[in-house]
Amino acid sequence: MYRYDEFDHQLVNERVAQFANQVARRLSGELTEDEFKPLRLMNGVYLQLHAYMLRIAIPYGTLSSRQLRMLAHIGRTYDRGYGHFTTRQNLQFNWPALKDVPDILKDLASVEMHCIQTSGNCIRNVTSDQYAGAAKNEIEDPRIISEIIRQWSTFHPEFSFLPRKFKIAVSGTPDDRAAIRVHDIGIQIVQDGAGNIGYEVYVGGGLGRTPMIAKKIADFVPKEDLLAYLEAVMRVYNMYGRRDNMYKSRIKILVHEIGAEEMKRQVDAEFAEIRKAGTLHLPQEEVDRIQAYFRPPAFETLPDESTELNKAVLADTGFANWVKSNIAAHKIPGYAIVNISLKPIGGTPGDCTSDQMDAVADIAEKFSFDEVRVTHEQNLTLAHVRKKDLYAVYEALKAHDLATPNINLITDQIACPGLDYCSLANARSIPIAQRISERFADIARQHEIGELKINTSGCINACGHHHVGHIGILGVDKKGVEYYQVTLGGAADEKTAIGDIVGPAFTEDEIVDAVEKVVNIYLDKREAGERFIDTYRRIGLAPFKENLYATH
Amino acid sequence: MQLIKNGEFIEDSFVAVGDEDALPDGPVIVSLERWQAERETLSARNTPLGVRLKSGQEPSVIADDLDKLSVVALEFPAYRNGRAYSYARLLRERYGYKGEVRAVGNVLRDQFQFMIRCGFDALEVSDNITPEIWAECSNFFSLFYQPAADGKPTVLSLRQRLAARAQSSDTA
Amino acid sequence: MAQHTRKGAQFQSVTANRLQDGIVVYLTADGRWSESLQDAAVAEGKEAAEALLAKAEPSVADNTVVEPYLFEVSPENDRLSAASVREIIRQAGPTVRPDLGKQAELADAQC
Repeated sequence: MYRYDEFDHQLVNERVAQFANQVARRLSGELTEDEFKPLRLMNGVYLQLHAYMLRIAIPYGTLSSRQLRMLAHIGRTYDRGYGHFTTRQNLQFNWPALKDVPDILKDLASVEMHCIQTSGNCIRNVTSDQYAGAAKNEIEDPRIISEIIRQWSTFHPEFSFLPRKFKIAVSGTPDDRAAIRVHDIGIQIVQDGAGNIGYEVYVGGGLGRTPMIAKKIADFVPKEDLLAYLEAVMRVYNMYGRRDNMYKSRIKILVHEIGAEEMKRQVDAEFAEIRKAGTLHLPQEEVDRIQAYFRPPAFETLPDESTELNKAVLADTGFANWVKSNIAAHKIPGYAIVNISLKPIGGTPGDCTSDQMDAVADIAEKFSFDEVRVTHEQNLTLAHVRKKDLYAVYEALKAHDLATPNINLITDQIACPGLDYCSLANARSIPIAQRISERFADIARQHEIGELKINTSGCINACGHHHVGHIGILGVDKKGVEYYQVTLGGAADEKTAIGDIVGPAFTEDEIVDAVEKVVNIYLDKREAGERFIDTYRRIGLAPFKENLYATH
Repeated sequence: MQLIKNGEFIEDSFVAVGDEDALPDGPVIVSLERWQAERETLSARNTPLGVRLKSGQEPSVIADDLDKLSVVALEFPAYRNGRAYSYARLLRERYGYKGEVRAVGNVLRDQFQFMIRCGFDALEVSDNITPEIWAECSNFFSLFYQPAADGKPTVLSLRQRLAARAQSSDTA
Repeated sequence: MAQHTRKGAQFQSVTANRLQDGIVVYLTADGRWSESLQDAAVAEGKEAAEALLAKAEPSVADNTVVEPYLFEVSPENDRLSAASVREIIRQAGPTVRPDLGKQAELADAQC
């Protein structure tokens, strides 16, 4: 993975010094809260329901064991011994004291981590595919261009006061595990007939109050031109994005209002000028330099079948279930991708204790070339595990309650922190996810149901990505009481879709039954081999709507 | 308010004139509307002239007039409104403007360096900014990842320099 | 800012977050800030509420707290309760972690 050179170190250290200075000036009163707020936001410090919240950037979701151990240490030393992995591959701590934040930042800088631009109206963490470097049909490791974009966007003097936040995601395979079509900019790596790498660029995707799917405005931007192209998009947005209304300030509104064609025309015009100037031309040596950090690790030559694995699967049903759902195919024979579920039955989705972080760090160091990935579905991934080691990895994970065999199954839910933690929320989301998880805990039933993604958000800001859940749940506040609105048929993959609202919202007592009814309707109507989303795409909303409210 | 130009605290020789006010002798800064309405008379004066652009008034509308203007003042109506960062870069890098690009409005110390990088060479700042504060805030970062209007070397160029030096010492 | 309070609320108190550590605090009758809702001063009626909120200003100016606001409370028997789900959670801690927050640390906070 990428390692800082002296320049990267220096920049982060200067930022740490700058923010320490700003915190000191705030605590002494030299800075008012109004002056301090944009500064603390640019360093990922939020004020939440119970305390401050610190959001730590995990660039394109990749961590070394050393970094993960430092996160565990920070959780223990400055917080309450746990962190929360988010739908943007970042980590959040819920209880840091402001006065401790400069020390936390110093600790992070010592392992090449930071909280830069994890909040505020600037370019946020570039997210990507947790299977990078391991997926079978990968065109190019998306982390290379993600790292290049990260550097270009860090402390960008022109784009630090945008109309609103800006999120970029990159996918390197035809199947999209990065939800690029619901990002402000989504980048799809492609190859032309001659084998040259280029980029499809999508703009104007997003969730929240007005969910929209991004529009493609470029079919093939050559690698050396990508930064110039992105600069053009950002400049058009910075100049023309609305600033009169916070709810109409994202680039998706601009694209919606002027149309994708006009957006493309304006971007192309600006791109032509920037390209002419030549200052953002990306030299091959820099690409090569960064690419070297993402070279494949020293894979052994192994047979694709592993007798150890096959024996263990037959001997242990728990292990067999885990292999069935949590393991994905690797491009190298004899290797596998391991998904670590942070969704234990009845647990808080995405939460991870410091002890668990240390355990994962140890396992990654021993079994997966020292590297861990965070997924936007709030789980972790070990990308390169030998098949013969899978049983040992399973046992090690199991000892720390990290072997729940439910990846992509109904209990593998996404939930935002919601009203239990977040000052923006209207309703709690975690207890709903917990009760759904408990209702469907039976593993045989989960297998019967198959792939089904339930996403819950505690407010319209949609940090739980409910719009793109197969079943989406949105918590709302009706006269001080929590209600839950259901959407169906959303998807965040390459067939991105916004879910359809089913009907009136359900009470806290009704919502789990409602979800179960939806599941039963699916089971009743499905044809052979159909997942929930396939059935929904075939039969549409009506059968669900009718039956769901039949006795409501 | 104080004016800092090229890092020095100076007296502002320009007077900001409202759209209905009589024009004093000496250098003035007028609104874009007044400039467009009274171009002839304003250009005919033999004193330095500036135009103030509000957020939403792009530099392209005065691109052909830049040779007549000593100052282009770009407004930040609120510190959050970052349009003028793009306007400044366009003035410098697209239109090659060599006159003074002045930041006016809600200009906070933690933005000084961003503004300089984007091509502002003059900033109208609040009275509590001292030379020490200016020195500190205009130089917080010594390195920059991306190119901007200030033409300062980027981390990329520093890396290339390092690599070239390493190569030449290899071959030495 | 007076959000999170119902229009026409009869009883209100003032809450804020401590600057240093972000912890939720409540304005007491003698102008201090307590971590416990049970210590909060209660204002009856609109005018008293606005006066109470004004009493929080010096603590903003001297950097003790940030973002004070009014919220509705119900004084019942000898226990003060918050009226909204949000403020109930805020005075106790996350409902999904009864081992964390005021509900675990203070004798008199409960959900």
